[in-house]
Amino acid sequence: MPDMEMIDAQYLGRRFGRTEAVREVSIRVAEGEIYGFLGPNGAGKTTTINMLCTLLRPTSGRASVNGFDVARQRSDVRRSIGLVFQQSTLDDSLSALQNLRFHALAYGVSADIRERRIRDLLVLVELWERRSGSVRSFSGGMRRRLEIARGLLHRPRVLFLDEPTLGLDPQTRRRIWEYLIELRARERLTIFLTTHYMDEAEQCDRIAIIDHGGIVALDTPNGLKGAMGGDLITITTPDSHSAANEVRQRYGVTPVVADGTVRFPVPAGEEFLPDFVRSFSLPLEAISVRRPTLDDVFLRLTGRAIRDGNDGSGLGVGGAEGDKRGAEVR
Amino acid sequence: MTMSELYRGAWVVACREVLGFIRNRARVLASLTFPLLFLAIFGAGFSNVVGVMARGVNLVTFMYPGIIAMAVLTSALSAGMSVVSDRESGFLREIMVAPVNRAGIVLGKAAGAAGVALLQALMLLTIAPFLVRSLDVGVVVKLVPIVTILALGLAGLGILIGAFITSQQGYQTLLQLLVFPMVFLAGVFFPVERAPLWMAILSKVNPVTYGVDAIRQTFLGSGPAGAGLGVTVLGHTMTLAEEVVMVGALGIVLLTGAMWAFGRQE
Repeated sequence: MPDMEMIDAQYLGRRFGRTEAVREVSIRVAEGEIYGFLGPNGAGKTTTINMLCTLLRPTSGRASVNGFDVARQRSDVRRSIGLVFQQSTLDDSLSALQNLRFHALAYGVSADIRERRIRDLLVLVELWERRSGSVRSFSGGMRRRLEIARGLLHRPRVLFLDEPTLGLDPQTRRRIWEYLIELRARERLTIFLTTHYMDEAEQCDRIAIIDHGGIVALDTPNGLKGAMGGDLITITTPDSHSAANEVRQRYGVTPVVADGTVRFPVPAGEEFLPDFVRSFSLPLEAISVRRPTLDDVFLRLTGRAIRDGNDGSGLGVGGAEGDKRGAEVR
Repeated sequence: MTMSELYRGAWVVACREVLGFIRNRARVLASLTFPLLFLAIFGAGFSNVVGVMARGVNLVTFMYPGIIAMAVLTSALSAGMSVVSDRESGFLREIMVAPVNRAGIVLGKAAGAAGVALLQALMLLTIAPFLVRSLDVGVVVKLVPIVTILALGLAGLGILIGAFITSQQGYQTLLQLLVFPMVFLAGVFFPVERAPLWMAILSKVNPVTYGVDAIRQTFLGSGPAGAGLGVTVLGHTMTLAEEVVMVGALGIVLLTGAMWAFGRQE
């Protein structure tokens, strides 16, 4: 089946009482695609994932995963997907091996292939040496790797990852991405993930940005950045407000004022700069030109920096530092 | 959802419960010490006051089957605790997204808790000859289904509560509120028929009373008159079979309720 839709959601919606958490979300993800789902917290990411994973029934629209309807063929969908949640779902009192065996039994993985598959996956995520160790003693990165191994144990067609590398150190994040890309190549695995890290979003084939329960943009990372209109100029002046006004009047663009700076897109930054510096009426304290990042796209589309909508939980705050770093890596 | 998804779910969940109990040495030890502590304190404290209740039945002998029922009750209700702690640790999600039947998960939790309760009952029965009286193998064999039925029903109650309570602390508190009256008003420590009227009424409303009496009737044999056996409701003295059927019926109701509560969770 060439170009089969692994995930196909149409006008998917979910209400909680009067609140419409997700409305008319349509998603099509092809086999073997890495699909990134971005949005501020509370935008409807988790609700959407939960509907696709059969954990939550849609109140409108329909969705299928691997050709199975998420509302009517829940068991078939569940067998088709692997899940790695934001919060750990390991049994702390069991060893790595026992956690995987429990999973294999629950998913009906036949006994003759079970042990080999467990071994292969533990070797892949570099936990084979620690297989008998209690999960309680595992670091955050080890736990996440084990959860990824577990999510793959029943050979799912789609792997759902909710913030797979949140709170992990950069090396571990890089390793996890190496596994994911290797798995995609080896098993034509489709990967659907949410992330706050922009360097991770860059690895996706396509990105959907969701805000207020609806998808506001969908494109490749380059396509999204291209839609920003060339390069991004950031200036610092004593009076951001007047500066923004002048920019608007002279260049016909809508600048973003944030953190005492004024930001606006221009088609070709390097050529624009000399003329701008000569003719701008206000004193300039600093000026920079750069290619737009996904952060800028996100800010433009949602009016928020990617971490703004965060609930400020311990993990989220810890991740924010890494996120800023990540955004600068281009 | 096919039948195999029901069995598979019940099987893996039950296995995990039992293994979790066996692996936890402190829990095994505590589960034995606690009932025996009750036996020792109440037995020693009241034996001289109460004296022999009937020929061959002193207070400790009378209490022993009650203590077994108490241990079964505590273990069985821990099924709910296991649901709550799985939810807190996040592991419940791993179970809930597996391609297994939700009813199977409930049955597995109940069966696991019943298995643990049965293990405890068997441990207490093993040491019974050293403490109270020698037992026929036949008595032990007869007790197995009775204990299992009682434990499954109480596990159903635990899971039903666990489905609604989100914190371990909350569950513990509620459990204390529930366990103490259930144990003290179940004829564990004294015969229901000899209690004051108000207490006797409350005891007869308490379903655990019938479980305790069923275990006691089996444990002591038909027993001499005055041994405090039998529960009389509205002039009718319940037979062993009637008690078991009653406890079983209530258990089915509770387990069905637990399945409903679990199934509606998203």
